[in-house]
Amino acid sequence: MVLKNEADLKEDADVKLLENNGVFCTWFDKIWNWGRARSFWPLNYSCNCCPIEMLVAGGAPRFDIARYGYEVFRASPRQADLLVLAGPVTLKMAPVVRRVWLQMAEPKWVLAMGNCAISGGPFRDGYSVLPGGDSILPIDVYVPGCPVRPEALFHGMLELKAKVEGKR
Amino acid sequence: MDLWFTNIANYIVQLLMSWGFPYFWADLILLLIQWMCVLAIVVLDVIILIWLERKAAGFIQMRLGPNRLGPFGIFQTIADAIKLMTKEDIIPNKVDKWIFLTAPLFMIFISVMLYLVLPIGEGLAVVDLDVGLLYFLSLSSLTTICVLMAGWGSNNKWSLMGAMRAVAQMITYEVPLILSLLGIVMITGSLRLSDIVAAQSHVWLIIMQPLALICYFIAATAELNRGPFDMPEAEQELTAGAYTEYTGMRWALFFLAEYTNLVAVSALFVCLFLGGWHGPFLPQWLWIPVKTYVVICVFFWIKWTFPRIRMDHLMSFSWKVLIPLSLLNIVLTGFGIEIFAWVRGL
Ligand code: SF4
Repeated sequence: MVLKNEADLKEDADVKLLENNGVFCTWFDKIWNWGRARSFWPLNYSCNCCPIEMLVAGGAPRFDIARYGYEVFRASPRQADLLVLAGPVTLKMAPVVRRVWLQMAEPKWVLAMGNCAISGGPFRDGYSVLPGGDSILPIDVYVPGCPVRPEALFHGMLELKAKVEGKR
Repeated sequence: MDLWFTNIANYIVQLLMSWGFPYFWADLILLLIQWMCVLAIVVLDVIILIWLERKAAGFIQMRLGPNRLGPFGIFQTIADAIKLMTKEDIIPNKVDKWIFLTAPLFMIFISVMLYLVLPIGEGLAVVDLDVGLLYFLSLSSLTTICVLMAGWGSNNKWSLMGAMRAVAQMITYEVPLILSLLGIVMITGSLRLSDIVAAQSHVWLIIMQPLALICYFIAATAELNRGPFDMPEAEQELTAGAYTEYTGMRWALFFLAEYTNLVAVSALFVCLFLGGWHGPFLPQWLWIPVKTYVVICVFFWIKWTFPRIRMDHLMSFSWKVLIPLSLLNIVLTGFGIEIFAWVRGL
């Protein structure tokens, strides 16, 4: 449920009025988000055991992330849209991950994959692991699991797609 | 049916001249229209090809490939294009600005210029140069300069290494590429592409020049930086090679140029070896696209089934195998022509 302020409501009313008089209105945002939501290119980044599931989701015939058009794993953060934060973020890795995220071009999203990226998982009480990736990055979608199954990852990406299109 | 496009062109010129344009201007306007057609064909081709490549990769790896967006996922590339167009355009602080910004523009410009000499049918080239083959080869090797510009201007170690690899690869593979085509020039006696195609009306050169075909195909794969020769972009070693620092549309321009090159080189391959517009049943201007797409599918097939070759193997393969083979081809062709003339004289 999206809360709307007064200006938004007024805009909606205006659009209604135009549409009732036979004028079709749309937003460039809608077209752009339509494209963006259907072509997340994930970054080739990984930390631990969850990424193996990510690779299976990406390359294996049984799951095949390419069906949704998300299979273009880019190695350069400049061309990636989605940082799949898979696996625990160690204290040593944290500045690097943050830097990689800063190098990505807007619009960009982060998906926390697995219990480790969400909260530190089994390593939460360790001396060297961040208690969750959201302490350094703004995370859009959390996908729990240890490890996350590829289907769950797809579900997370489709949720992200709904989020980008403003349906959630 | 063969003459549809020629008739349309003549009609346009006559229409313009009946409106009082002098012939020079009418011809110029026709040239502009042809340019526009070339651009439209290029963009349409690339949109279809990227989808086709993803589907082909899926087929080869026993996956499905994109299938959610439209029938068989055909709108996937359009979504990608919209996304790339609206991405942030990052120009890093320390880059060499002019070189960095102009490299993709030059690259796409040069790749589109390749199309001008390709004959799509009898008398259906935009400009039918008498040194068409030479023009094509020299321009297609110029794209490497753009890769070098991108790598040097980015001021990034991965980019520079990728660009250096691209240049080394180009110098190595340009030699067998040109040597292997000399046999064709010897047989047809012309550098004009339409003459070369016209000479194949009875027998395609693929039968007379099988050795040149193999040499040319391998060298062309390397020229196009396609797998298994995609050293300049080797992801596992060089992030994204020469294009590491490029974002959004600038990167997409490089991508566009690479596919444009692929189509142009495949079309040249068709003109040189597969008889160009000659073929039964279909009209001439349909035969070239059909054959070109078949050649492109072979390129896809090779890319998705071979692992990447190592850099030093790549070099020694060209110098020790391809160049001797293409030289041998020239010798054999020379003997063949002499023997043929002698038999005829009997
Ligand atoms: S959530 Fe489980 S499977 Fe994933 S990285 Fe952590 S420990 Fe490994």
